[in-house]
Amino acid sequence: MINFQYLRTTVVKTALGLVSKDPKATFIAGGTNLVDLMKRGVTAPEKLIDINHLPLKQIELKNNILHIGALVSNSALAENAIVAAKFPLLMLALQSGASAQLRNVATVGGNMMQRTRCGYFYDTTMPCNKREPGTGCGAIGGYNRMHAIFGTSASCIAVHPSDMCVGLAALDAQVVIAGTKGERKINFVDFHRLAGTTPEKDNNLQKGELIVRLEIPVNNLNKHIHYLKVRDRSSYAFALVSVAAALEIKDGSITNVRLAMGGVAHKPWRLTTAEAFLKGKTATPANFEEAAKLAMKDAKGFGENDFKLKLAPNSIIEALTIAKSKA
Amino acid sequence: MGNLFFKDENDRVDGVDKVTGKAKYFAEYQLPGLTYGVLVTSTITKGKITAIDSKAASGAPGVLGVLSHLNKPSVAGYEAEGGAKLKIFYTDQVLFNGQPIALVVADTFERATFAASLVKVTYEKGAFNTDFEKSIKDASVKKLQGAAPYVRGVENAYKTAEVQVEQTYVMPVETHNPMELHGIIADWRPNDQVTVYAKTQGVKATQNTIAGAFKIPAESVQVNSEFVGGGFGMALRTWPLEIATVMASKHLKKPVKLVITRDQMFTMVGNRPAAHQKIGLGATKDGKITGITHTAFGQSSTYENFTEGVVNMSKFMYSSENVNTNYYIVPLDMSVPIWMRGPGEATGAFALESAIDEMAHALDMDPLDFRIKNDPEKDPAQNRPFSSKYIKEAYKLGSAKIGWDKRKNKPRSIVEGSWNVGYGVSIGVFNAGRGRASVKGILKADGTLVLQSATSDIGPGTGTGMGLIASKLMNIPTDKITFELGDSSLPPAPSQGGSATLSTVGSAVNDVCVALKATIAELAANSNMDATSNFVDVLKKNNLPMIEKTIQSSQNNPDAKNYSMYSFSIHFVQVKVHQLTGVVKVSKIVSVGDSGKIVSPKTARSQMVGGAVGGIGMALTEEAILDNRYGRYVNNNFADYHVPVHADVPEVDVIFIDKPDPIVNPMGAKGMGEIAIIGFAGAVANAVFNATGKRIRSLPITPDKVLMG
Ligand SMILES: Cc1cc2nc3c(=O)[nH]c(=O)nc-3n(C[C@H](O)[C@H](O)[C@H](O)COP(=O)(O)OP(=O)(O)OC[C@H]3O[C@@H](n4cnc5c(N)ncnc54)[C@H](O)[C@@H]3O)c2cc1C
Ligand code: SF4
Repeated sequence: MINFQYLRTTVVKTALGLVSKDPKATFIAGGTNLVDLMKRGVTAPEKLIDINHLPLKQIELKNNILHIGALVSNSALAENAIVAAKFPLLMLALQSGASAQLRNVATVGGNMMQRTRCGYFYDTTMPCNKREPGTGCGAIGGYNRMHAIFGTSASCIAVHPSDMCVGLAALDAQVVIAGTKGERKINFVDFHRLAGTTPEKDNNLQKGELIVRLEIPVNNLNKHIHYLKVRDRSSYAFALVSVAAALEIKDGSITNVRLAMGGVAHKPWRLTTAEAFLKGKTATPANFEEAAKLAMKDAKGFGENDFKLKLAPNSIIEALTIAKSKA
Repeated sequence: MGNLFFKDENDRVDGVDKVTGKAKYFAEYQLPGLTYGVLVTSTITKGKITAIDSKAASGAPGVLGVLSHLNKPSVAGYEAEGGAKLKIFYTDQVLFNGQPIALVVADTFERATFAASLVKVTYEKGAFNTDFEKSIKDASVKKLQGAAPYVRGVENAYKTAEVQVEQTYVMPVETHNPMELHGIIADWRPNDQVTVYAKTQGVKATQNTIAGAFKIPAESVQVNSEFVGGGFGMALRTWPLEIATVMASKHLKKPVKLVITRDQMFTMVGNRPAAHQKIGLGATKDGKITGITHTAFGQSSTYENFTEGVVNMSKFMYSSENVNTNYYIVPLDMSVPIWMRGPGEATGAFALESAIDEMAHALDMDPLDFRIKNDPEKDPAQNRPFSSKYIKEAYKLGSAKIGWDKRKNKPRSIVEGSWNVGYGVSIGVFNAGRGRASVKGILKADGTLVLQSATSDIGPGTGTGMGLIASKLMNIPTDKITFELGDSSLPPAPSQGGSATLSTVGSAVNDVCVALKATIAELAANSNMDATSNFVDVLKKNNLPMIEKTIQSSQNNPDAKNYSMYSFSIHFVQVKVHQLTGVVKVSKIVSVGDSGKIVSPKTARSQMVGGAVGGIGMALTEEAILDNRYGRYVNNNFADYHVPVHADVPEVDVIFIDKPDPIVNPMGAKGMGEIAIIGFAGAVANAVFNATGKRIRSLPITPDKVLMG
């Protein structure tokens, strides 16, 4: 049997020490992704450090910044009163992920760290640069209906599957990371990476580092917001594309805007050009259309996912339209 | 037991057992010394196994054996005629990707799983073809005649009609994937008696197949299958993996349990074949059909042919003097398909009923009126009356319920915000078959009745239906009746398939009840009791603890040959289609069943609801996706192979005509498991057209197809 050691600790420092020293050790939180990957033979850690008992489960508002512990479950976060009142966009994004059962155990940190759902990545008999660098990309020239249209590379066109992360990217969140040498903070949008020539790296977390919390500054984006997820069935399916849209509208003109997409890139995709265009403009269908067009500038299809070149801008328009209509 | 609080004689007899976990499924049997098998599968699509290195696996902890074609214990029947389809496990040939090629047996499931991962297989790869759609066009790919060509009147008459429709409809491989995984427990004992706990739709079929394979008497094989966690057709045959497990048990002299994994469910236990169909329809300008041509291609395997009734419905559903059909199968390097709920007809109905809708649109007629106008009084293929057919009444009831009057013939007429609303209708039909079965009835002086038959219950509620039939005839409350099934030692019955169980076994229940009543009447007369005396009093008076009767029902009413017997369904749906994203939501469903007398109202309704759910899957979500470069499925799990979730299914309104068929059987009940799904996908596709003006001729209708259509 592929034996592995299971260790549990209540102390962050101990957890960090255990994983940073041992190349075959890894953290386990809700396990909803990691255990699947182990069962499919995609990964075989020799040591699992259970972090569920670390004191990282608080949701607190401090100095107008929301602190979310990395071990808060997806459902606890979605049901939190502060989140519902001040960050409803995040709430909607969370609620459209996975299923209620999964959200009950999935954690914030685990959600950020989940691997792509690309079928070739999961099937160890198929080529996949992300699972086994150098073997080729099965999806290019293969089944790539679910795959990326932005920021792709010749080595990988996978998407990051998270919904929660799309909301967080739109909300200018920051990630607080602990390492053996202390804590560091990075912008959420810089947490995940593009595949480039190193598709095996999903993000910029270093070996042994632990996500300890997220910080989201309070904003006024709690009214005209929408998270639109387009998928093959009404629940329990990954996004074909998703859009997190938030607007601040004063006297008909847009004073603040955030747009991010899921299902289109190797990372949650912030639509900065479209945002820049919309800022200061009136919230009209024509402007939404123009913004959507601008957002698509560098998009590229791979055959089966060509439809996303149409679905993505349509979804941006729809999300903005619904966001605007919310009273 | 019934509902704990509100008892109802129509309750599913095993409902409480099922939801409380008391019902025991095959994999839950714990035999002393049970061992566990795990299959090693091919990772190439075609070729030869040149070596299997099982040294590491054999030496792994707990491993009892690694069986493959290299050390195959003898299976006498493999050499016999008919044995071929069980032999995959038995040769060095790889015929499809994911083929079982070795079985590792260990003392625990986990150890067997690990050891299986250590088996190293070397292949000589061969060229292969799994590309169904490409093969249709490629003349060099062999196609086989799947059924005799059928011609009535003039061939291809549609081509000279005033109004013509000629279109192609395609659908992908669907997998049955019931919640319960497939497998078997086999316990071969030294005296060459074998007991199996199986997941099967036919305990007698499983018994005979195993007996045949190992050349032992059928009585030496005991098959138990009391509860089955869904079949949908995939358990209508015994698969090589089951024979392999029996072989392992015999060889290792230990009981062996094999439960396959979800991804193995995609390649080892059949599928609904992919289909490519061309329909030509011709009509007069005033809406009379003058020609129907239906040509269908179905996916099959290179090692075994699979055919089904894809084109049947086109022969008799509408009155047309001219009809011709052709059906071919395309052998590919894939595992062999098997019947899946609504076999053949569900596939055919999607094409025919889409084309009918296209024609109605071309004629600017209401599709319901168009159907009624072309509804035949008699079966035009057999030139004889239908035993019963209340389809016009069904149209009326269903259309009123869904609010068909709100539908506009012009597509894109109803808009609600960002959503377009559309209505669609489609017919389903399936042969109302009846076979022969034996039932033993034991009527006891304590007032109870036990009925026994080696039939199955894959979920429709066999015991519930049989209990209700007996209850009415014997005037015994259902909670005093037990129906025993799923045991090969009981009186024989055919497999549960083709919607024939209620008709077949129900007829035998009817006959046995009639016989028991006659005996009671005789006993009453002999003991000078009133002819209407209660059987309990009669038995007591005669000092009899019980009486028994075993009856084999006749195959048919002698008059049956003069009639065509079919069950019909009509599905009405309302859909909402999002203008910008192409997302389709089924927002209303009315399914009307014309299947004779409804014997068991609750389980019958469940059948229709389940059929609608399966129909939504077929229409909108289900597709097993193969990468033809590798011959492997890329979505072989429940996260990526999308069956509908609750949120996809609105309330399902079920209406039954509930009028007895005078011919089919004493109950007047026709089967209805299949018609519940047949036609459903067409209704959705037609509704999508009505909503959007886009005709999607390729299932499933996913957002991308609507958007780009
Ligand atoms: C069938 C299915 C459907 C799903 N559908 C969706 C969907 O629609 N949308 C969506 O967004 N998600 C979906 N998910 C994914 C789900 O959200 C993730 O599996 C979940 O969020 C992972 O969280 P976890 O705590 O279980 O992570 P785990 O499985 O425990 O861990 C995942 C990875 O994260 C690492 N990790 C965990 N916590 C930390 C930390 N604090 N610091 C550093 N590393 C850490 C682990 O080492 C591991 O590598 C689906 C999952 C399944 C199985
Ligand atoms: S897209 Fe990325 S994850 Fe998928 S096969 Fe290619 S390299 Fe692997």
